[in-house]
Amino acid sequence: MTERKEVWITGIGVLSSLGEGLDAHWDALNAKRINIDDKRFAPYIVHPLAPVSFDAQIPKKGDQRQMEAWQRIGTYAAGMALDSAGVKGNQEILSRMDMIVAAGGGERDLAVDTAILNADARGNFSPGFLNERLMSELRPTLFLAQLSNLLAGNIAIVHGVRGTSRTFMGEEASSIDAARIAVARIEAGQSDIALVGGAYNGERLDLLVLFEFGDFNLTGEFTPVWARENNSGFALGSAGAFLVLESREHAEARGAKPYAKLSKVVADLAQRKQPGAVTKSLEALWSKLGVDDDVGVVVTGATGAEPVTSEERAFLRQHQGLAVRATGTMFGHTVEAQFPLGVALAALSVSRGALFPPNDPTGFEVEKSDPPTQIVVMGTGHWQGEGMALVEAVK
Amino acid sequence: MATPRDKFGRPIVVVTGMGIVTSLGAGKADNWAKLVAGESGIKTVTRFPIDGLRTTMAGTVDFVSVDPFTSTSLSERIAEIATDEALAQSGIGSKGDFPGPLFLAVAPVETEWPQRLELGRTIDKKEFDYYDMLRASGGGRFAPYHDRFMFGSVAKYLAENFGTKGSPISLSTACASGATAIQLGVEAIRRGEADAALCVATDGSVNPEAVVRFSLLSALSTQNDPPQAASKPFSKNRDGFVMAEGAGALVLESYEAATARGARILGVVAGCGELTDSFHRTRSSPDGKPIIGCMRKTLADAGMEPEQIDHINAHGTATPENDKMEYLTTSAVFGEQISKIPVSSNKSMVGHTISAAGAVEAVFSLLTLEHQRIPPTINYDVPDPTIHFDVVGNKARDARVTAVMSNSFGFGGQNASLILTREPA
Repeated sequence: MTERKEVWITGIGVLSSLGEGLDAHWDALNAKRINIDDKRFAPYIVHPLAPVSFDAQIPKKGDQRQMEAWQRIGTYAAGMALDSAGVKGNQEILSRMDMIVAAGGGERDLAVDTAILNADARGNFSPGFLNERLMSELRPTLFLAQLSNLLAGNIAIVHGVRGTSRTFMGEEASSIDAARIAVARIEAGQSDIALVGGAYNGERLDLLVLFEFGDFNLTGEFTPVWARENNSGFALGSAGAFLVLESREHAEARGAKPYAKLSKVVADLAQRKQPGAVTKSLEALWSKLGVDDDVGVVVTGATGAEPVTSEERAFLRQHQGLAVRATGTMFGHTVEAQFPLGVALAALSVSRGALFPPNDPTGFEVEKSDPPTQIVVMGTGHWQGEGMALVEAVK
Repeated sequence: MATPRDKFGRPIVVVTGMGIVTSLGAGKADNWAKLVAGESGIKTVTRFPIDGLRTTMAGTVDFVSVDPFTSTSLSERIAEIATDEALAQSGIGSKGDFPGPLFLAVAPVETEWPQRLELGRTIDKKEFDYYDMLRASGGGRFAPYHDRFMFGSVAKYLAENFGTKGSPISLSTACASGATAIQLGVEAIRRGEADAALCVATDGSVNPEAVVRFSLLSALSTQNDPPQAASKPFSKNRDGFVMAEGAGALVLESYEAATARGARILGVVAGCGELTDSFHRTRSSPDGKPIIGCMRKTLADAGMEPEQIDHINAHGTATPENDKMEYLTTSAVFGEQISKIPVSSNKSMVGHTISAAGAVEAVFSLLTLEHQRIPPTINYDVPDPTIHFDVVGNKARDARVTAVMSNSFGFGGQNASLILTREPA
C-alpha cells in the first residue's frame, strides 16, 4: 500500500437553528444563544431552522418545489460547503467529486395520513380504502422527496456534484461512517475530493411520534444536555452540515486553504444490553484514535437520552481536564447532521484559534482559553452506534 | 499460484460464499434451476388487498413469514436467510463471528401503515389530528416500533447476529444499492482494511404504499394478467417494471486470505464503477454520458477492454425509458461488438428487487460463470426493433462466459456497474 494521504477539511457549510454560515454560528456560539420553540409541539421542544432564503443556494424554484424541507436544508448546506471550498461551479472538480450523504427519509403528507387514520377510526375502512386514498391523494413526486438517496440526487442536480454518490442510512452512526469511509478513501488514494454531510428537519410530527415510541423526546422545561439525568431525552433540531474533504496534495495543487485536518475517524457498535458497554466502547475508540488527554477538547453530539448520555459522561470523567462542548444543548438533536456539525464546529474552532464558550450551568463543560490544536469530535447514537473523529490544526 | 495482486497492485477480491432469496425460492440451487428453466416468480399479490391499484402483481417472497408483518422485518429475515447460506458455503470465521465489516443495502425504513393504524386506533376521539397521535405514542406501549423503524435496525440485527466487525453500514443508492454494497466491500479489501467483507442487499418492501408510490410515477407494468408475463425487458410491448422482493449475500475476501484458508473461489470481483447523473431525479441524461462513463470506469477499474466482456447481465427493468437508454449507452461502450454479446435480464423472471437487485444479479452472474449457461430473458416475444442486443430470449443458452458485466441504475442519478470473472488462472 502507498503511504496514507493527509485529509484536509477545505469547505464547511452549516445551516441550523442558529443561522447560516460560519460567522453567524461563531457569533451565536460565543453569545451562548439557543433557539428553541416550546410552543408549536408543546410539551415537546424543537430547535427550529433559522429563517433562510433557499434561493441563495437553490436558485430554481422548480428544484425547491421538488424537495421537502430536509432536502432543501441539505442541498443548501452542501452549496455553502462548496462555496466555502471555492469549488462551486468548477465543473472539472465537481465532475469527479465523490459524495457520501448521511440521510434518513423525508416528510410525509400528514393531511393524507390523518384523513386515512380518521376514516379507519370511524370504521370506514373497506379493503381497498387505503389503496384508493393513497392513489388519489398522494402527490406523485412526494416519493422523490422522501427517498433517502434523493438528497444526494438533489445535490447532484442543483450543484453538479457527480463523481460517486452514496447515501448511508442509520441515524447518528450513518454520518460517522460517511466521514470514516470518505477519509479512508482519500487516505488510500481511492478519492481526491469528497463532499460529506447530512441534513435533518426536526420540526416533524411523524418523527416526534417515532422517537416518542421509545420515550426519547425531551418534554417540559428546556435543559442543557448535561442536566437531563432526571428528565432525559432530546429536543429535535433542524440542521444541515456538509464538509468538503480532500487530500492535501489536491488542495495544495489548487491553492485551497484548509480549516483543519481530519486525521482519523473511528466507529463501532457496542452491545448496549450490557451496562457500561458504551463507556467501554468509547474508551476503545479513544485508544484507536491515538490521542491522550492532552488533546484538551471534546465536541460531542451527546443526545441527553439515557442511559447512554450517562455512559458517555462516565467516559469523559475518566479523562481529566477535557473541555467538553455538547452541541445538543445549542442545536438540539439533529440526528444524521450532528456528527458533521460537530466536525464543522471543531474545524472552525481550530481555524479561528479559539474554542467557543461552555453553555452548561451544571459546570461539566469548562472554559478553555488557549487555542485548540486538536479536537476530538464524538458521536454516540441515542440507541446504537458510536464514533469519534480527530480534527487537528494544519501545521 | 497466481499473484495475489491485480495489475494495479491492489489485493484481488474474490467471492467465497453466496446466498440468495427471491420470489422463485430460497437458495442458489432452487433459484438457479428455476431461472434457467425460465420460470417466473411474479404473481398476483395476496399479502394485502389489491382493490383500487393499477398494478396488482409483484414478485413477493411469500414463503417466508414474519410476525407482526412489516416490510423491514421481512427485509431483515430474508437477508438473514441469504447470509446464512453465504456463510455456510464460504466456511469463513465461526458462527456469530464474521471476521470483517458488514455493508448492507436496504430499502429506506419508515413507520408502516399497520403500525400507524394500530396507533390511531388507540385514540379515543371521533376526530383526531397528528398531535393526538403524538400524545398516544409514548409510555412504552409502542417501544418495539422505535427499534423496528430506525434506519439502522436491520444492519444492527445482522451485525449482532453474524458478529461482523466495526460499525455496520446501511446504504441506499436506490436501484443500484446492491452493487454499491459490493463496491464498498471491494474498496475496503483493496485498502487493506479488511481481509473479508460481508455484502448483503435486501428488499421486502412490497406493501400498498410502496406499490402506490411507484405506480404514481408510472414506473410499474400494469399488464396484470397473466402476472408471469408482465415483465418484458427489451420487448416492444414492455410497459414498466414489476416490483419484487429478494436478498443477495456475498462473502468477499482477498484472494490471498481465501487461498490461505483453502476456500473455494466462486469468482472474482474484477472491477466496479460508479458515476452520477445530475440530469434529473428519475430520468437519465438523454446523451447517456453518465451511464457510458460508469461502464467505462468499471472496465478501467478492472483493467479490461470491452472485447473481454462476453456476457452482460443487464439492469433491464422493462421500463420503456430504461431499456432504451441501456441499449443506447451499452452500444456506445461496446461498439459493433454489442450485437455479439449475449445480454439477459433476470428481472424478466424475478422482477425488480430494487435495493437488492445489484447483489441478487451479481449472484446470478456468478452462477452464470459457474454453470457456463446464461439464464433467459422471458416474455421476449415481440423484440423491440430499436434494441439490437443479442437478447437471450425465452430459453437459457450454453455459452463460454469468462467475464460478466452487471449493471444497475437508479433514481437520483445512481449508476453502478460490476465486472465479475472466474477464478484468476
